[in-house]
Amino acid sequence: METVDVRGLSCPLPVMRTKQVIDKGARELLVRGNSSVSLENVSRLATSQGYQINMKVNDKNNWEMELKK
Amino acid sequence: MDRTKWFVLLTGLFIGAIAVVLVKLGNPPNMGFCIACFERDIAGAIGLHHAGLVQYMRPEIIGIVLGAMLTAFIGGEFKSRGGSATLVRFVMGFFMMVGALVFLGCPLRDILRMAGGDYNAVVAFIGFICGVASGVFFLRRGFNLGSSQSSRSQLGGYILPVIMLFFLFLLVKGTIFNPQTGGPLFFSTEGPGSMAAPLIFSLGAGLLVGFLAQRARLCLSGGIRDYLLIKDYTLLLGFLGVFVGALVLNIGFGFFKPGFAPQPVAHTQHLWNFLGLYLVGITATLLGGCPLRQLILSGEGDTDAATVVLGMIIGAAVCHNFMFASSAMKAASAGVPAVIGGPGVYGQIACVVGILVIAGIGYIYKEE
Repeated sequence: METVDVRGLSCPLPVMRTKQVIDKGARELLVRGNSSVSLENVSRLATSQGYQINMKVNDKNNWEMELKK
Repeated sequence: MDRTKWFVLLTGLFIGAIAVVLVKLGNPPNMGFCIACFERDIAGAIGLHHAGLVQYMRPEIIGIVLGAMLTAFIGGEFKSRGGSATLVRFVMGFFMMVGALVFLGCPLRDILRMAGGDYNAVVAFIGFICGVASGVFFLRRGFNLGSSQSSRSQLGGYILPVIMLFFLFLLVKGTIFNPQTGGPLFFSTEGPGSMAAPLIFSLGAGLLVGFLAQRARLCLSGGIRDYLLIKDYTLLLGFLGVFVGALVLNIGFGFFKPGFAPQPVAHTQHLWNFLGLYLVGITATLLGGCPLRQLILSGEGDTDAATVVLGMIIGAAVCHNFMFASSAMKAASAGVPAVIGGPGVYGQIACVVGILVIAGIGYIYKEE
């Protein structure tokens, strides 16, 4: 499973990084972030692209989510 | 439309309406809120420049930072962080202010000016879209200023909010340190700097907007950026909301006056209106947020964003001391000819240099 680390990145890089991996056709990926804004934005992107979200670590200041299609 | 989108739209409507109410209560026309203009007034209030028409300690700015900080506290989102090309961000904040003062407004005031019928703001809006599109070009190319780090201590995150609290204390207390020259705070007796809603309303409005914009993640460059980049129009709804909210109240209060001239605190030099907000658009996109968003992030403990705010305040002082800022158009009056307004030659040079510097930063800070 590919891991995307978006910790500490300004908008809109967390979404862009995640989308790059999605666009390569990944069906499973793990995204790591540390702000609630990136959590919201990446979740919105994942939902719009038809992924199931599974929060592995659900702390808004240090989160990990698994995306599956 | 989902709940987030409704919330962003309503937040926009509310902010647009509050802005016009502030004008009704005494703020300059089409300037209920202007992050750039108000930071410039603050630069004047603390004596960093002595442009007599634009000096006031604007409580709206203080309120936005403190409102965002309180909201971030309640939401458990306050976190001191920084270290992503901090000095580069300072320079970018500086040039973002140059662009704003060549146009005479930040993106928020651009919407408020459009909602007041100022066609010059439409020209600037096209420049803003082009600027954001240029920023998106660099983002697609791999632009990244680097990751910020969470701080070991929360101290850094409090610095800008504490400075704002100190400014509020000086404003409320009204102590004069130097009876001969005035100060620590300087206030305009005429011009836009002398026009202000009563403190309690402007501070309250700032706190409220700080709260709303923090919750909605409102960002005016972000709206256009997200649409161009990923066809997401959530933040764009905030932009639309500000416009509609301000338009309705402007018509209601009789403030709506369509045309290129005369318009308050504006000029009709189309090229410089376009390029001014072009510079703001590209800079805001590379910084990850418009001037309003930088204030909100500062309240959340983002010291890089606070550095952008300081860059903008210093930039404003330099703009007035170095004659970069545009002058506003003035109708002819007894014995005084009309002034068409706009930037002088130094302002024009600064704006073009700003575009080149920001494009250079966009080109150089590339991943891989």
